[in-house]
Amino acid sequence: MSAMTTFGWQVKREYWESRRGFLWAPFWAAAAILILTILGMIAGEVLSSRMSGDHVQMGISLDRILQSAASHDSVNLVQGLDATMSAFALIVGIVLSFVIFFYMLGALYDDRKDRSILFWKSLPLSDTGTVLSKAFSAIIIAPLIAAVVVLAGYLALQVLISLWLLGHGANPIPLLWLHTDPFALWFRMLVSIPVSAIWALPTVGWLLLWSSAVRSKPFLWAIIVPLIVGVLNLWVGLLDLPHIGETFYWRDLFGRALFSVIPGSWVAPQVGGAGFPVHHGEIVTQGLLSYEAMGRALTTPNMWIGAAVGVALIVAAIWFRRWRDEA
Amino acid sequence: MSATSNAATEHDADLQASSAVVIHAAGLSKRYGKTVALDHTRFDVHAGRIVGLIGPNGAGKTTALKAILGLTDFEGELTVLGMDPRRERPALMQQVCFIADVATLPRWIRVDEAMDFVAGVHPRFDRAKCERFLARTKLRPEQRVRQMSKGMIVQLHLALVMAIDARLLVLDEPTLGLDILYRKQFYQRLLEDYFDENKTILVTTHQVEEIENILTDLMFIRDGKIVLDTPMDALGERFAEVLVNADRAEAARALHPMDERQVFGKSIFLFDGIDHAKLAELGEVRRPSVADLFVATMKGTYA
Repeated sequence: MSAMTTFGWQVKREYWESRRGFLWAPFWAAAAILILTILGMIAGEVLSSRMSGDHVQMGISLDRILQSAASHDSVNLVQGLDATMSAFALIVGIVLSFVIFFYMLGALYDDRKDRSILFWKSLPLSDTGTVLSKAFSAIIIAPLIAAVVVLAGYLALQVLISLWLLGHGANPIPLLWLHTDPFALWFRMLVSIPVSAIWALPTVGWLLLWSSAVRSKPFLWAIIVPLIVGVLNLWVGLLDLPHIGETFYWRDLFGRALFSVIPGSWVAPQVGGAGFPVHHGEIVTQGLLSYEAMGRALTTPNMWIGAAVGVALIVAAIWFRRWRDEA
Repeated sequence: MSATSNAATEHDADLQASSAVVIHAAGLSKRYGKTVALDHTRFDVHAGRIVGLIGPNGAGKTTALKAILGLTDFEGELTVLGMDPRRERPALMQQVCFIADVATLPRWIRVDEAMDFVAGVHPRFDRAKCERFLARTKLRPEQRVRQMSKGMIVQLHLALVMAIDARLLVLDEPTLGLDILYRKQFYQRLLEDYFDENKTILVTTHQVEEIENILTDLMFIRDGKIVLDTPMDALGERFAEVLVNADRAEAARALHPMDERQVFGKSIFLFDGIDHAKLAELGEVRRPSVADLFVATMKGTYA
């Protein structure tokens, strides 16, 4: 039995156990967006037929797309469609972040708690393979599944818009399907998955380490310890004693240890904010997930120092996995 | 791998020569803080045997099993199938199976997923065999462990394990909390469908009566030390239980019995290593049960 086959089965095992988080959580997030959008479209139709000029917005705002489609403004249309897919990806991505975060906190803890670790340990599996299969599932498999969900949800939305256009006497084929390329942004999302994966390593290592090492409450340990250190650091700073710079601590240590699993969050340092680039209430899509942005992120020390720390933490998690068998 | 000579004094010489040593422990020690779990323990387990490792709570049974399975670090010498369980665990686990306690199967897994996974990662797993074993139970492929009773979980675990062609099977209280039907079935299946001269089973349990007649060897462990290590065949030669009338009781006591208890005005004495002909003069000689022998050996453990 080759190492690759075994690893494949271990990843499959992770999927079986976490199907609810990996597949169904993104699925229902996307479904919710679609349902809200449909409700919004229906409400908009009903209301505009009653009192003209007023409009209702639920789910994703289609105003820009519908208007630019109606006026054959293809540049605006493509941007609108990209923004729609980004919004889709953003919401699914937030759901995915929570899923991955809690998945990793439980990954090396839950089976110690219910003692099923003794079954896994009765099989000829290396602890390194086990821990790596969990990290791989979290930062490659789960985002891949989420990306497929995003694409499916987006295509469903485009079908909806097409139906709306048909209902308003416009032909959606040339407008919506021939002049747009939804796969361009989606493909950039796919390419960004390994970038996000490298960026996520410090959080992956941090969470897996606590998951692997503590006898109870990995969640509290993973959060409380850096929180207390941060507060102490603040206090030491107030006393004018040597301490870690506040921004550096909260952004580059605390933030990287806990929030780097947010897909695409490596963009944040480039746009100077702590979250997603938002401009005048709209998500900036120009240059978002561009190959240039990925290239820039991959050449920052932040990316690689974090990755190195993450790998060290994962190694520590493997060591604990080897010798801890009870929670 | 050759048989070691140092245990020859404790074991039948023929047995030594004919069977390979599956587990060899010498000076095996493990400490948890100030508690000594294993204290320079030495023992050998030979191929083709069913060995019962019996001891009171806290005697070091589980620690010994954990050391054998490479789940814990230790001091001293321990080889399992010629391998160091600390360093060669993944390779070792291809040849070693264990059922540690009932209900350690993950609750979310389905019967068919469990089979798929073990088939995927274990080179010595025979899926067809496993399906044959499962066909004799009420388990369905799409059933999840969380929907099963304790007895059914053990049925599934046993089917998975018996379909693996391993050389050593370690069982740690495998039938705890099961009803008598499942318990009987468990050991019956092991004997009928699994055990042969190439396999070795090491089992710990508190339910001594139930495995007494399937064991080939018996080991008692107390305070981290092996205090008894004997083939079952030799048990009746070495130990004897004698039913003595009150008038001969003093004569019996003069022979330094391990234990004495009263039943219906008679005394039952337990002797270690006294000539049976001599004992026959005192009263009726019987082979002691493992349970009685255990109680006599462990006297004062919890005092």
